[in-house]
Amino acid sequence: MIAEIGLAALWLAAALAVLQMVSGAFALRANEGEVNPLAIYARPAAVVQAFLAVLAFAMLLWAFAITDLSLKLVATNSHSMKPLLYKLTGTWGNHEGSMLLWVGVLALSGGLLAAFEKRLPERTMGATLSVQGFVALGFYAFLLLSSNPFERLPVPAGEGSGLNPLLQDIGLAIHPPTLYAGYVGLSVAFSLAMGALLTREVNPAFARVMRPWVLGAWVLLTLGITAGSYWAYYELGWGGWWFWDPVENASLMPWLAATALMHSVSVLAARDALRTWTIMLGVLAFSMSMLGTFLVRSGVLTSVHAFAVDPERGAFILGLLGLYIGGAFAIFALRAGAVAEGKRFAVASREGALVFNNVMLSAILAIVLLGTLYPLLTEAFDVRVSVGPPYFNPASAIFAVPMLLVMAVGPLLRWKSDTPRRLQFELALIAALVIGVIGLVSVFGEFPLLPLLGLGLAAALAVAAFLPLRGRKLSRVPVATWGMVIAHFGVAVSLFGMACEGAFSQERLAAVAPGGTEQIGDFTVTLESVTPVAGPNWTAIEARLAISDKGGEPVILNPQARSFWSPPQSTSESALLTRWDGQLYAVIGNQAADGRWQIRVWWKPFVTFIWYGGLLIGLGGVLAIAGRVRVDVKRRQASAKGDQRRADLEALGQASPVPAE
Amino acid sequence: MIRAVASLLLAMLALPALAQDSMPPAPYAYNQLDDPRLEAEASALMQTLRCLKCQSQSIADSDAPMAGDMRHQVRSRILAGESPDAIRRWLVARYGDYVSYEPEVSSTTWPLFAIPVLVILIVAGVLLRRLGKRRNDAGEAA
Amino acid sequence: MSARLYLWVPLALFAFFAGLAAFMLTQEKNQFVESTMIGQPLPDFALDPAFTGLPGASKADFIGGQPRLLNIWASWCLPCIAEAPQLEALKAQGAEIIGIAIRDRPNDVARFLARHGNPYSRIGSDAISEVQLAIGSSGVPETFVIDAKGVIRYQHIGDIRPEHVPVLMAELEKAR
Repeated sequence: MIAEIGLAALWLAAALAVLQMVSGAFALRANEGEVNPLAIYARPAAVVQAFLAVLAFAMLLWAFAITDLSLKLVATNSHSMKPLLYKLTGTWGNHEGSMLLWVGVLALSGGLLAAFEKRLPERTMGATLSVQGFVALGFYAFLLLSSNPFERLPVPAGEGSGLNPLLQDIGLAIHPPTLYAGYVGLSVAFSLAMGALLTREVNPAFARVMRPWVLGAWVLLTLGITAGSYWAYYELGWGGWWFWDPVENASLMPWLAATALMHSVSVLAARDALRTWTIMLGVLAFSMSMLGTFLVRSGVLTSVHAFAVDPERGAFILGLLGLYIGGAFAIFALRAGAVAEGKRFAVASREGALVFNNVMLSAILAIVLLGTLYPLLTEAFDVRVSVGPPYFNPASAIFAVPMLLVMAVGPLLRWKSDTPRRLQFELALIAALVIGVIGLVSVFGEFPLLPLLGLGLAAALAVAAFLPLRGRKLSRVPVATWGMVIAHFGVAVSLFGMACEGAFSQERLAAVAPGGTEQIGDFTVTLESVTPVAGPNWTAIEARLAISDKGGEPVILNPQARSFWSPPQSTSESALLTRWDGQLYAVIGNQAADGRWQIRVWWKPFVTFIWYGGLLIGLGGVLAIAGRVRVDVKRRQASAKGDQRRADLEALGQASPVPAE
Repeated sequence: MIRAVASLLLAMLALPALAQDSMPPAPYAYNQLDDPRLEAEASALMQTLRCLKCQSQSIADSDAPMAGDMRHQVRSRILAGESPDAIRRWLVARYGDYVSYEPEVSSTTWPLFAIPVLVILIVAGVLLRRLGKRRNDAGEAA
Repeated sequence: MSARLYLWVPLALFAFFAGLAAFMLTQEKNQFVESTMIGQPLPDFALDPAFTGLPGASKADFIGGQPRLLNIWASWCLPCIAEAPQLEALKAQGAEIIGIAIRDRPNDVARFLARHGNPYSRIGSDAISEVQLAIGSSGVPETFVIDAKGVIRYQHIGDIRPEHVPVLMAELEKAR
């Protein structure tokens, strides 16, 4: 019964998406200021659709919770003996379930937009909801026609066949749903951009409506990537946190586009400039999300994270991609010329810096896109090449370094036009920090160029992030400004972590007999014993490592080599010793013929800062949303009060005063 | 219970055990070179060589036996005095550009280098158009 | 109008990508890494016998006389069991097959040959995949055609199915 309710809800939701699309389109046929009578169904359709899609997802969640083995999806991806938490997270640890989560979030955000957004002109709102319905419809079709999550087995399975053990981890509970929510949030930005483009209403009011969605999606992407990076770091067992793998890049590209979009939408909201550019980025950001979905699921590229690969589904997603993105770019090419360019500004201005960095972000995006897709291009000619960190790191640094420098200065500039002379002290300080730190570190040894640059830039950026607060009364600084300061500081923190990991990491690989000792950095690592242990659906050998810092009190770490039996697969469970200034990362390997055990230990100074930085960036985004929403609510209350007064005055029979705004 | 689990485990282990060899890893697969400078060279090189049996991992990040044997090749060749570039060339001569994550300019990879240069030119062009013109406007206005 | 031509650039780039992706979806994904040593001479090597029954293998064993097959295999490799009858067929048609056993133990090799047949004239033991890496082989089983001058002429990746037997015989003939 559960499955049937879920499936029915999905079909109904798809029907409502059609209604939303058609009804929304009628709004375009209304004259200025009027409402087409057929356009009134779009909003309720979006709201009810949200309810139905979420209901469908809840039904699947329930089926996984009770391990309903008559469902094909549950039987192939779950197991009755799995811990409940991983049964639940298993719901989206597979293709169908994750697509259902995707449409659930898509419908939910569409519903929220329809229910709460009253600032946009009705025509733009109608067009936006119509586009949103069109996008949702494609994904419903995808689910219902080619990836039905509620498919029944003719005969219920006796037992499920389990879940990839790498995915039985708390990281899976957080990372993919966060990322999907971010991807899907960008779909709202996309719909809004298309709506505004269709009605030619690209203006600050539209930007203010779009901004919270972009910010929200961007925060979720930031947190999703941060979580994913940490997950890969401790789960894959080799201490790598970013490998420029196609799937990693697939999540980075929407983030880059969203970062650029978030900044340009702010310029549009504040200064009414960069209109076409903002629309372009709105389309681009969602294109990148869909491109990522395509790359991950079609299997056209080889990846360590390859997931639910199937060329047939790939063809379906590619079709959707062609329809939405091709269509959007075509409308863009036809319509963007008709959108006026907006206000002008000087090169040395806040807008100038933002434009510069927008272009730099886009260039980095172009590099990542090129490096990711290039192997695909050569494979068409039967040549296989690999593009990896030695390409991506320097190629993106060409654009990242000037971007980070401008990022340090940009927030100090005034809108519209400014003179660099006013900022002599700040510029000198930033330059001194970059050069000073690089010089100082170089004294202590020879390090690769990029980490060295990273250290210098991180120091300068960390200080520069707080310079906008100089000379201001801290209690009067708007919350959104705090958000910017913290997010920029987060970038510095993260950069510092990356640079330290790149420059100062130490590695120790050794075969150790029980009782044997190895030295890494200031730490003494003693292998005390190796014992077998058992978990709910795995067995493992567990090492007991005593870690002592400069001869101090030892701390025990227990890395494991686990063997899961359904499906049979083995994983390395690394053990981490976290200090404020870094992490000790330990892994137990195989036993050699002479009885010694292979252990791998890394000391990674300040590596945790990479993810602390990511969290700070996310926090900055949350503060920015909170600040904007607060201002918005205040403005609404004020205008409601104004309306009230006007109504009162009218009731008194006086002529209504000219609106203040 | 534990016995049931253990027998189940044995039954499961019997299969994959057949498809994987039981030989000890090559001497330098999991052991570092004694000279830290040489080890740093080897490790930097291993980070940029692709494991041929894996999906998308460097040989420094893989437990596949073949990745271990490739690490042994790299470390023992470094120890014998070969330069990292020579070792990379040796492998590329055997497996093509696929084995190296560091593309070099060749007839198959030149667009990887030409397009970024093009991007730089476009970026410069866009910035000059967008910002340069404004400066003139501002100059005239002032 | 021409001033707005650049607005079409994103669409053009996207269309290019979509076309490429659509084409790639129709192509069978090539999972193999081919050796780029075809046409190159074998590297120098000399491997110890993989078990007591047959001599080991070295480059010198490929020089002179007829072209030969070089079979990279292992007793722990499941597809190698599948290709054993085809190796027997090749031997019956007059091909000389020299084996290289990857990461293997003498006892396992002997047991495998007793159970699945022994088509080899020699088997060298490559415990650390040294020769395998030197000839650009990336897995087991793989079969190379080596001409009488010791030059690698052809590579077959994966297990030899019955339909591959005539192909390999023709390649041996071509290498003559």
